[in-house]
Amino acid sequence: MALLQISEPGMGAAPHQHKLAIGIDLGTTNSLVATVRSGLSNVINDEHGYSLLPSVVHYLENGHVEVGFNAQKQQNIDPHNTIVSAKRFMGRGLKDLDVSHLPYLFSETSGMVQIETRAGIKSPVEISSEILKVLKTRAEHALGGELVGAVITVPAYFDDAQRQATKDAARLAGINVLRLLNEPTAAAVAYGLDNASEGIYVIYDLGGGTFDVSILKLSKGVFEVLATNGDSALGGDDFDHRIFCWILESAKLTPRNAHDTRLLLSKAREAKEWLTEHAEANISCLLSDGEFVNLTLTTHEFIAFTANLVQKTLSPTRKAMRDAELSIEEINGVVMVGGATRMPLVRKIVAEYFKQTLLTNLDPDKVVALGAAIQANVLAGNKSDEDLLLLDVIPLSLGLETYGGLTERVIHRNSTLPVARAQEFTTYKDGQTAMSIYVVQGERELVSDCRSLARFELRGIPPMVAGAARIRVTFTVDADGLLSVSARETSTNVEAHIAVKPSYGLSEDEITNMLKTSFNSAEADKKARMLAEARVAAGAILEAVTMALATDSTLISSEEIQAIEAEMQRLAIIKETQDDDAIHKAVEALNYATEAFAAARMNASVSRALSGKNLEDINL
Amino acid sequence: MSSNLSSNLALSLGSNHFELFSLSPKFNIELATLESNFRKIQSESHPDRFVSASSAEKLQSMQLATLANEAYQILKNPANRSKYLLELQGIVAISETNTAMPLDFLMRQMEWRESLEDAKAAKDINALENLLREMQQEAKLLQSEIALLIDHKQDYINATDATRKLIFIDKVYTDINKAIEQLEVNL
Repeated sequence: MALLQISEPGMGAAPHQHKLAIGIDLGTTNSLVATVRSGLSNVINDEHGYSLLPSVVHYLENGHVEVGFNAQKQQNIDPHNTIVSAKRFMGRGLKDLDVSHLPYLFSETSGMVQIETRAGIKSPVEISSEILKVLKTRAEHALGGELVGAVITVPAYFDDAQRQATKDAARLAGINVLRLLNEPTAAAVAYGLDNASEGIYVIYDLGGGTFDVSILKLSKGVFEVLATNGDSALGGDDFDHRIFCWILESAKLTPRNAHDTRLLLSKAREAKEWLTEHAEANISCLLSDGEFVNLTLTTHEFIAFTANLVQKTLSPTRKAMRDAELSIEEINGVVMVGGATRMPLVRKIVAEYFKQTLLTNLDPDKVVALGAAIQANVLAGNKSDEDLLLLDVIPLSLGLETYGGLTERVIHRNSTLPVARAQEFTTYKDGQTAMSIYVVQGERELVSDCRSLARFELRGIPPMVAGAARIRVTFTVDADGLLSVSARETSTNVEAHIAVKPSYGLSEDEITNMLKTSFNSAEADKKARMLAEARVAAGAILEAVTMALATDSTLISSEEIQAIEAEMQRLAIIKETQDDDAIHKAVEALNYATEAFAAARMNASVSRALSGKNLEDINL
Repeated sequence: MSSNLSSNLALSLGSNHFELFSLSPKFNIELATLESNFRKIQSESHPDRFVSASSAEKLQSMQLATLANEAYQILKNPANRSKYLLELQGIVAISETNTAMPLDFLMRQMEWRESLEDAKAAKDINALENLLREMQQEAKLLQSEIALLIDHKQDYINATDATRKLIFIDKVYTDINKAIEQLEVNL
């Protein structure tokens, strides 16, 4: 079934006008933005012709913020206020990270790490949103119009907190997120469509700060992830760090200040890149105390102290192969993604493991953004030749704390999304009206060894004798890989109220505050924006229902049609008022009136698909 | 979200998982048909198709896509499929009151568990992989037995025994995999 067109008659875009949507690769080291133009996915360059935007944010003394190459130049000069690789801190607490070699001033908090800069205390979400803002502006300039939304890529192995942080960053940047997409899946889309590949493919994605491996089955536009695994704290940066440690050791240097640390890390990085095509690299620089470093690093030495980093990627790879129940002979191709896969050592070890020549005929830096743009184009509702369908999985199991600090798995890793599981609980005291559910993510038996996600407080359970209440808690993971929880007492059918305390996330209030400060919008502006948003939502549903009635009104009775039309008329009138609350309520009412119709349409479209006819045949 | 929406779930698509995928309720099913019908349903119902749709349609999409994923997982896996077929007959294959297992199978269970523990203690990944293959062989034999019992003889009593064995073998299989994983982590 074709996607519903949502433009508003007379006001919005014409039904078949191309909608502007972008794909963003928010990388640890570099970020990119791409879009589909004339059927082809292209990376959008900045005004100087550069496609990569270094993921570096510099807070200046004058209150401005620089992002990209200019910020990168500041990393040695102003290290405390120049944040590199903020992605590593997304949805992470201080105790999760090795910050010993990082030049930042971390502030003590229990939740997500925060960095003290001259512009105040910044969360990784805010820092990332600065990168996203620049990419959004770049795209708007290049495309000359307002964006419908964006697909933003995340490492497949990102947990719920890291995904939520990414989505929050986009929201702060004023981006409508069409979907969070796993990086290896995005790469598979770009690669698979380009090469018309069919069969089982492994995407080996070693980026600046994360490693992902995904195994996909490709056939006729369907990209089905069979298994994914990875390490969300392993990437090219770690190779730099190994070289950095080698420099300290070889030059017999004592621990350095922030400036020298940054300088040596960037020298380390240059050496790593140089060694991709050369047998040895020269490392020379002048440190702040006047000491001169001059060393030569050979490929041989480099391999000696980094080979185990590459070996470390094979363990998640094996796990993914086992989860997919595949043997190496069944793999049709191995696609290499991420800048770090340029290293000859990585290619050699991966090729040996899979016993085949690797697919490296694409730009490992760009392929993720290109794939994201292709999916953004489809999600925005633009017609495309390919009937693209992505079936992705949850990378880490979701579990609950049970008696004795043990984890009870509710949703298993590699379950295809969306997925929902219900679990029944009961009360242990007479008259108990509240209970707490602790949700973790990971594969370990002990709750304390898993990632803490959130505590859910259920309230409003009807008072009963102990053990009589039947509280059915449903855990749902949506297509973005994000968890939501709902609860109901089944004997009385009372919905329990749920308060969420995310362990490493931002609360709704914190985000609202950040939004306020970032837009500095006056009350009147805010009101106008809310009204505009309400009207867009109203226009969208009116258009959608009009089109649905035009094609499928035979599926429901004339009374039902009349009821729907009455709500449509009501909404059309209220939409012209200034009352955004009333508009939202009327939208809800129309939604409610169309529930049965939506179900009937879904049934009809699935039945049509299963009976082997497609829409075109039926229309003929 | 309003609370009574689930009543409008697109359920007329079949009263059970087999009907959902237009399959007859048998143990031996055409896996290719299962897969292609699963994909057809996802093509129509996946949330990616409803990014800009009304919330009523989004909810339908979410519910059907979730149901299709769950049903697909059950029918794809032989042990789950068999268990589900027995459920359709009103038989609960594994329950607290129904765990009886023939003595000879219990003996073999203990042997497999012992081999698993020995290989773990010896950190012998090859031995574990051999054990995995043995489990695969055992599982195949049981699957042919279940197919015969359910599809041809409608002998649900003996099929329940065989299903219980298959579920048990799946558990050992998972535990062997976990053991291999543990050994690899500690390499």
